[in-house]
Amino acid sequence: MIGIIDYDAGNIRSVENSLKRLDTEYVVTSDTGLLASCDHLILPGVGEAGWAMEKLDCCGLSDFIRRTDKPLLGICLGMQLLCSWSEEGNTGCLGIFSCKVRHFNSILSPGHGLKIPHVGWNSITSLESDLFDGLEDGAYVYFVHSYCACLDENTVSVTEYGIPFSSSLRKDNFMGCQFHPEKSGDAGEKIIENFLKIQ
Amino acid sequence: MLAKRIIPCLDIKDGQTVKGINFLGLRSVGDPVELAAAYSEQGADELVFLDVSATVEGRKAFAGLVERIAEKINIPFTVGGGISSVEDASILLRAGADKVSINSAAVRNPFLISDIASRFGSQCVVVAIDARNIDGVWKVTTHGGSRASDKELFSWAVQAEEYGAGEILFTSMDHDGTCGGYACAECRTLSDLLGIPVIASGGAGNAGHIAEVLSDDGGCADAALAASVFHYGEIMIPDLKQELAASGIPVRV
Repeated sequence: MIGIIDYDAGNIRSVENSLKRLDTEYVVTSDTGLLASCDHLILPGVGEAGWAMEKLDCCGLSDFIRRTDKPLLGICLGMQLLCSWSEEGNTGCLGIFSCKVRHFNSILSPGHGLKIPHVGWNSITSLESDLFDGLEDGAYVYFVHSYCACLDENTVSVTEYGIPFSSSLRKDNFMGCQFHPEKSGDAGEKIIENFLKIQ
Repeated sequence: MLAKRIIPCLDIKDGQTVKGINFLGLRSVGDPVELAAAYSEQGADELVFLDVSATVEGRKAFAGLVERIAEKINIPFTVGGGISSVEDASILLRAGADKVSINSAAVRNPFLISDIASRFGSQCVVVAIDARNIDGVWKVTTHGGSRASDKELFSWAVQAEEYGAGEILFTSMDHDGTCGGYACAECRTLSDLLGIPVIASGGAGNAGHIAEVLSDDGGCADAALAASVFHYGEIMIPDLKQELAASGIPVRV
């Protein structure tokens, strides 16, 4: 059973649909008892980091996530929340990954001419995790974001948009993807399948 | 490197594709879900579904269809056609669409853009602009190009971005249906003016046209949308992507 962590994080329908396509059973809940009984956890997220951290804190989910030893995948904002700090709302995050999350405009040189948010299909390189088994270096996945995690020792894939940033992070049982695997065609489906195989 | 996107567009009426479409040997496929899956398999980067139903029942059928599309395909898709309130947008986004495209209603009431953006995020608001050149001025038209508004293309696009649009879908009504190529100069101007992606639409006749509108020294568009050339198999997406890659345009292959 997969537990999708429910903290009112906007539209999680596409994550649910991707699990349905893989014939995987899942539950959407904020009940930490129920989440603790799941084999894998997904922390989805569309929204604003400061607001999302408040939500996680107030229902006891922050502590639960920090302590869990189950494989956990943060997607998009869900990945950013696993980092140490986000410039969005100047908020402390869960601190699993040591890197910080910055707005593209804060780290790109002025007059960069790039369109923000970073929307569309971009490639992931320097793949260093079993999440990417069966994928070629440079595989394309779908991104929609204005904030990004810097590179650090937890980086397991790199994407370039003006600068290189962490498109995936991993530390022990914790994984995160800045892109949306559930919207990334066959490559994304493979990543979710790989995640579900991780024990 | 961020890839340029190829976007087939399907017109839907009462939950079915409007025209019998000859596609990949699937003769006259009426089921948009099947078509969507086929396009996704072919390497389309995104899909657009435009509801052209005129009835309440037709609109309901469309929302049901959006749910089935979302269950089936694993690439992003945009839906549009007749969205005139936050509630309309909400129904379709909750059904599983990634983005909504708004057109005439935004011209009438630009606050619709900010209302949807503040509730669901700019990333899911596409402002579609249909325009034609009238005596040297690019005038915005509504209702499928049949009515001229008082707005001018470039200033309206800039305003739409200020109101919170996440992308601009620009259709040149002068080029639409001609198969003679996109309005590249206008796309380029839009791309220079805006900080959000520009999707070019109207005029695709062959792969060269798409390469031209996406290239840095052409239209500079972030994505190219087309309908009939894909539906009738005149352009096959895998061949198109190869041709684009060969001319140095970054594409997802």
